Amino acid sequence: MTAVSATPEALSVLDRPNSYIGKVVPRPNLERLMQGRGLYVSDMELPRMAHVVFLRSPHAHARIVGIDAAAARQMPGVIAIVTGEQLAAVITPWVGVLTHLKGLKSAPQHAIALDRVCRQGEAVAAVVATSRAVAEDAAEIVGVEYQELEAVTDMRTALDPQTPVIHPALGDNLAFERNLDAGAVDAAFASSDAIVEAEFVFGRHTGVTLEPRAVVADWNPAEARLTIYQGTQAPHMVQNIAALHLGLEEAQVRVVCKDVGGSFGIKVHIYADEMATYALSKLLRRPIKFVADRVESFNTDIHARDHRCKGRIGVKNDGTITAFEIDDLTGIGPYSMYPRTSAIEANQVVNLVGGPYMAKNYRARARVVFQNKNVMCQYRAVGHPIACSVTEGLVDLAASRIGMDPVEIRRRNLIADDAYPCASPSGLRFEQLSHHASINRLIGMMEYDALRAEQAALRRKNIHRGIGIASFIEVTNPSAAFYGVGGARISSQDGVAVRLDAQGSVICQTSITEQGQGSESLTAQIVGSVLGVSMARVRVILGDTDNTPYGGGTWASRGAGIGGEAALQAAKVLRKNVLDVAAAILQASPAELDIVNDAIVNADDGAVRIELRELARIVYFRPDTLPPGIQPELMATRHFVPREYPFAFTNGVQAAWIEVDTDTGFVRLLRHWVVEDCGTIINPQLVDEQIRGGVVQGLGAALFEKCIYDERGQLTNANMADYLVPMSGEMPDIDIGHVVSPTLETELGAKGAGEAGTAGAAAAVANAVNDALRPFGAIITEIPLTPQVILTALGRI
Amino acid sequence: MTTALPISLQVNGERIDAQVLPRLNLADFLREHLKLTGTHVGCEHGVCGACTVRVNGDIVRSCLMLAAQTHGVIIETIEGLSDSGEIADLQAAFRDRNALQCGFCTPGMLVAAQDLLLHDATPDRERIREHLSGNYCRCTGYQAIVDAVESTAHARMGSTP
Repeated sequence: MTAVSATPEALSVLDRPNSYIGKVVPRPNLERLMQGRGLYVSDMELPRMAHVVFLRSPHAHARIVGIDAAAARQMPGVIAIVTGEQLAAVITPWVGVLTHLKGLKSAPQHAIALDRVCRQGEAVAAVVATSRAVAEDAAEIVGVEYQELEAVTDMRTALDPQTPVIHPALGDNLAFERNLDAGAVDAAFASSDAIVEAEFVFGRHTGVTLEPRAVVADWNPAEARLTIYQGTQAPHMVQNIAALHLGLEEAQVRVVCKDVGGSFGIKVHIYADEMATYALSKLLRRPIKFVADRVESFNTDIHARDHRCKGRIGVKNDGTITAFEIDDLTGIGPYSMYPRTSAIEANQVVNLVGGPYMAKNYRARARVVFQNKNVMCQYRAVGHPIACSVTEGLVDLAASRIGMDPVEIRRRNLIADDAYPCASPSGLRFEQLSHHASINRLIGMMEYDALRAEQAALRRKNIHRGIGIASFIEVTNPSAAFYGVGGARISSQDGVAVRLDAQGSVICQTSITEQGQGSESLTAQIVGSVLGVSMARVRVILGDTDNTPYGGGTWASRGAGIGGEAALQAAKVLRKNVLDVAAAILQASPAELDIVNDAIVNADDGAVRIELRELARIVYFRPDTLPPGIQPELMATRHFVPREYPFAFTNGVQAAWIEVDTDTGFVRLLRHWVVEDCGTIINPQLVDEQIRGGVVQGLGAALFEKCIYDERGQLTNANMADYLVPMSGEMPDIDIGHVVSPTLETELGAKGAGEAGTAGAAAAVANAVNDALRPFGAIITEIPLTPQVILTALGRI
Repeated sequence: MTTALPISLQVNGERIDAQVLPRLNLADFLREHLKLTGTHVGCEHGVCGACTVRVNGDIVRSCLMLAAQTHGVIIETIEGLSDSGEIADLQAAFRDRNALQCGFCTPGMLVAAQDLLLHDATPDRERIREHLSGNYCRCTGYQAIVDAVESTAHARMGSTP
């Protein structure tokens, strides 16, 4: 990692001696994961625990005529077979809407279908048994009679008058529509020297967390308390929703989140089968475990990105972009997901298209329609890859039309680095971005001119390589503007409690969660740095609604920026409290003292005055020796939520260098570069690895990943052999550089970095493929870029 | 179903005698019967590699092998390889390079990487990437894993990368 600073940094509490900020330090939680001694939900067992298997609909749309479970109930080991109607006595249905998404509508969803299934994989009965294997055996002999109904599968015809309405009470299949018209779009197009249009098509894909979704729900009737062990990104959200629909107080629900085998947004939602598991535990008064198998994961984990987006760009011969216009259509399945809704992705597309550029004229329409497929909802980089692919695809097409280099047209249109603060045509407010510094750095890293020369030389040998560039912006550190204002009880603030224990070590409880990003590490780094305590003596506790402050969790690139700031502020308070006590013990003034390397030292000469361990001993065991009137408070709690900016936008740019085999249609990824600006970097290695992992998920979308449905709504590749994800053999090395523009809204200055990689990777690859195919006159605006897509574009098949 | 079969085998140096149903796969046997939960189940059809263990010295996808086939064999799982210290340097390289995020693929990845290093002391990056192509990782993007395996190979050869 290399970094250049766009703004001079002021000295802060983070610039103390032995600060861990900006340093590569290993994550504290790695050993247990590497030794196979972590605790994932799928590893958990509780006394009297039973296993549930859900019998799921094979049809995309059908009426349930009858369920015959009599024979299955007689099988040894079967504990209960529960239908939707029986479970509805324990848990209420839900509707996935938010008030700030005006007009968004959806139908009530039940934990288990009552009389109709609206997608393949929807649960129609729960089979509970002493083991998963027994439950699966029993599920096989449960007879379900279905009457098949016409399935709505093609989003393009979902709104046609002759298409059946999936939920008649809603009137039509339109879940949500948003229109935006900013500036003078028609006049801008009229003044353009060229207008380019294209339709961008995105493959529906999913997160494929390596650990499937899993829950252990433990209702203790004696305590009247439900403990939910779940690999969720948002424990307090799960607590709220479970309590709400089970008729409990939140205090009766505890959510515990141990190790999580991948999340990427897949595990930030409330799924019907998880709700059913909570309800089954309450109904059957014992712990119930649900672990999705891989086929279930493909069929029921949220899908994302199924969009068709028509785009239009106006450009002048000098390269000035005059206007953007989009018409986005997306099919989200039969329900809007709960509680975050399935309108957010299309809403983000409208917000983000054209975002890096100066053009003020922008018109957008987005329509979100129901269909009889699996539900779609927020997956890593929500909406960003679509907005970026459309924007950057259009910019490249415009550049090509007027004969301008792709880098040059971007330089002429990216918002100037000194133009901030400013706002986008869709109303996004940017505090400080660094598009030009970023692209300049990228061009240097990739040796752009040399690469162009190499490309030209190889062309003469019939080797077709391409360079693709994609600038992007990323939404991070979301405030209440994301969900709270729409009525969702999803916290946008986070809290951290820090305490000095009796041996002078630090216990830190945070409401952000860990799924491998490094939440635990960054919290310990911040707390250790601010306090002057070594990281080895900081223990971080997270993922437990009984034992952490209340907060949002880890999603939307918010952990470091929001949870990190809360940690910083809490540690500052504890530091002051410790120094006050130290001053009393040492008969000094707090200003004369500092904490360095686990000891109180003289601020001026650094001489050790008293070890923290000794200070803690006195406070906890010999308070009688303290001066009268001193009541030490060796625990401090602080919360934080951004208030000034609804979102802390970050920016970056990616470049792909690829080769297309024009005989086979295969694309080889040769190299990939990213320059990203996430503000203050707490741990460069963690940031870089977040970006690399994000890029590779974006590369999967670019080349491989697609949930392939047939016209009857059947998912035809619901297994890991047929649904392709990136493997190590075909992934390139990824070079990463940084520009650093800290947000001034926090003392920490950190913005998020979790989605930057995914935001721009597919756009860079698609632009690179079109660059490689330029001599053939082929233009492709569809991903994944499979050999079939490429050979079709080349006219070879 | 049908009747249970007796098996006797060695797992991480410990003798195990068990009665197993013919349909029980090795991954479930290790996880559910022996409580060795470091062997992870990601796909249950032999694609993802998370359940990789060593059987008589060869790496095997434990979801594709039946427990009943393991009579008389020697099995090493991530717990055993960790306790013996055999892969301590590889684990240290993974830690230093942050070659894992959620950690779910990591036990299988380590077992597969050690297998490569035992058979090829000086693999280049392409060879490492090829050998690990049967082990899916959704978090890291693989580069850090390749770096960690490469640096371990160099260190074992007494050189620095």
